[in-house]
Amino acid sequence: MSISKELLSEMYRKMLRIRKFEKTASVFFAEGKIPGFVHLYIGEEAIAVGACANLRDDDYITSTHRGHGHIVAKGGNLKYMMAELFGKETGYCKGKGGSMHIADAELGILGANGIVGAGHLIATGSAWSAQYRGTDQVSVCFFGDASTNQSTFHEAMNLASLWKLPVIFVCENNLYGISVSQARHQNIKDISQRAIGYGMPALSADGNDVLTVYEKVGEAVSRARAGEGPTLLEFKTYRQHGHFEGDPGAYRPKEEVEAWLQKDPIPRFESHLLGSGSLTEEELEAVRREVDEEIREALEFADASPHPAPESSVQDIYSDLIEEARIR
Amino acid sequence: MRKITYGEGIREALREKMLENKNVVLLGEDVGPYGGTFGVTKGLWEQFGEERVRDTPISEGIIVGASVGAAATGLRPVAELMFIDFLTFGMDGLVNQAAKMRYMFGGKISVPLVLRLPAGGGISAGAQHSGSLEAWVTHVPGLKVVYPSNAADAWGLMLTAIDDDNPVVYIESKVLYSQKSEVPDKVSKVPFGSAAVAREGADVSIITYGKQVHDALKAAAALAKDGIEAEVIDLRSLYPLDKETIFGSVAKTHRALVVTEEVKRGGYGGELSALISEQCFDELDAPVVRLGALDSPVPYSQVLESLVLPSVADIVKGCKEMF
Repeated sequence: MSISKELLSEMYRKMLRIRKFEKTASVFFAEGKIPGFVHLYIGEEAIAVGACANLRDDDYITSTHRGHGHIVAKGGNLKYMMAELFGKETGYCKGKGGSMHIADAELGILGANGIVGAGHLIATGSAWSAQYRGTDQVSVCFFGDASTNQSTFHEAMNLASLWKLPVIFVCENNLYGISVSQARHQNIKDISQRAIGYGMPALSADGNDVLTVYEKVGEAVSRARAGEGPTLLEFKTYRQHGHFEGDPGAYRPKEEVEAWLQKDPIPRFESHLLGSGSLTEEELEAVRREVDEEIREALEFADASPHPAPESSVQDIYSDLIEEARIR
Repeated sequence: MRKITYGEGIREALREKMLENKNVVLLGEDVGPYGGTFGVTKGLWEQFGEERVRDTPISEGIIVGASVGAAATGLRPVAELMFIDFLTFGMDGLVNQAAKMRYMFGGKISVPLVLRLPAGGGISAGAQHSGSLEAWVTHVPGLKVVYPSNAADAWGLMLTAIDDDNPVVYIESKVLYSQKSEVPDKVSKVPFGSAAVAREGADVSIITYGKQVHDALKAAAALAKDGIEAEVIDLRSLYPLDKETIFGSVAKTHRALVVTEEVKRGGYGGELSALISEQCFDELDAPVVRLGALDSPVPYSQVLESLVLPSVADIVKGCKEMF
């Protein structure tokens, strides 16, 4: 597999963007500047980036409550994302969505989602839409291990395989459904096995190696674009933070956390880039500095942006009705 | 003018919109060659083909959820759930996704889907196939809810529903499917939020929708024999709601009876009743009368079912109590 230097550099940049965006969000959450629930993707960056490197702007993705990584990887704007986390008017959702509900229709991002398992159905529907309209767009559905126990996963897998829909189910198996380990929430280890029941191609692979993800998703995307139907891909990974910020994650053994920190996808990718001579340390450093600057600008933008106007609380419920909602 | 059935009214609207817009697609259980459990989509599969009239597995979650994904990406799906009771399996797609997406995403995504839900009792279908669940959906910001009572409205409301850029819950009365009524040669769209006065009267306002419009008209005929002229308001659209017509009627008659087939406890009839009580207090000569089904699942036995559901006699009695 030969990958251009530009693409390698871009993948590295996006992984860093996610990492640094979220490290910053973590700090601001702790300081009370970001309210609500913030679920961080730190440690899983290779999956979103490797997957989305195969996609065009007009391809679709559905994301999860742990969605920042998918949105950044699909090309999301850090300024609008940070402003949304700050609850500001300039945010992606005008301050009405927050961390769990960022969407960007122009980039095919059909939304992060606070309901575990909801994205399976929406991704399948968007793939049906692409198939019906006769385009070669594909949908990538990101989801966690625990969501594969929801009925939605099975309903989506069944219809997608039956109708040969261009959807790629990308399972991010981070080994926990909140505090419950995989061994305590399902009687299998490899979630890719679940595809057998739907006659769907599937595999399990290392989710902390961005090039493996890129390659495997690339094959599935090619098949989907060619009208050959869906694929289930399971990538093993680990979240480095708790389920959400504020969760100390005491349910995970220290040795397990330590072992997975050794497999952190970003240093691994750096080693590969340097070892293969693809990028020099100076080039990596330049990317790091540029991403730091992007984060600084995003923070500045979010901080300087106004809060939403009070009347906007009842706008955007319908395309055409607002007056009734004003009445208390 | 000609007479067609309520079911045909729905079908002709679907046909009209499918001919007009290629992005209108149908999906649901048995909507294809079988023609739908109640025959509403009969002939459409033959006319428009497998790609536009899609039989789905018995899988309500994906019927609703795939409609959401398709609607957000350029299609205008019209999904049928065989019975409104099966909405429980499709509820997340409707309530947490379709209804909230536009708002959560700052107005940047539209979900123009129509969800058809055959509702109501009266056919001994038992407790899981006879539901009247309009309160579940009228309660949700982001949804529009309509409920036709005759063929022309069924047609006109469906035209509007398919053109609407918001998710529309289109509730159908099972016992009305085969009932014929007049439709004009060219059926017009029925705007949402516009009630119809099914019968004019000066003495009491009966506010209702769906099958109970017909019960109300029968009750009005009986009341007329006793010198009471009832006005029957057919809401047609539950949300948005035509408050002006309701309040205008009550201001004229000074008495209001709300009748719905749903269980009375927590029903949409309670919302209507509360609105009238709040907004028309000075106009009312008597407290608003609210009729619904007894607080019970719908029973199978015809004897029991007719006891549990509101009847023409209940409406007559309820109206007389206000004098």
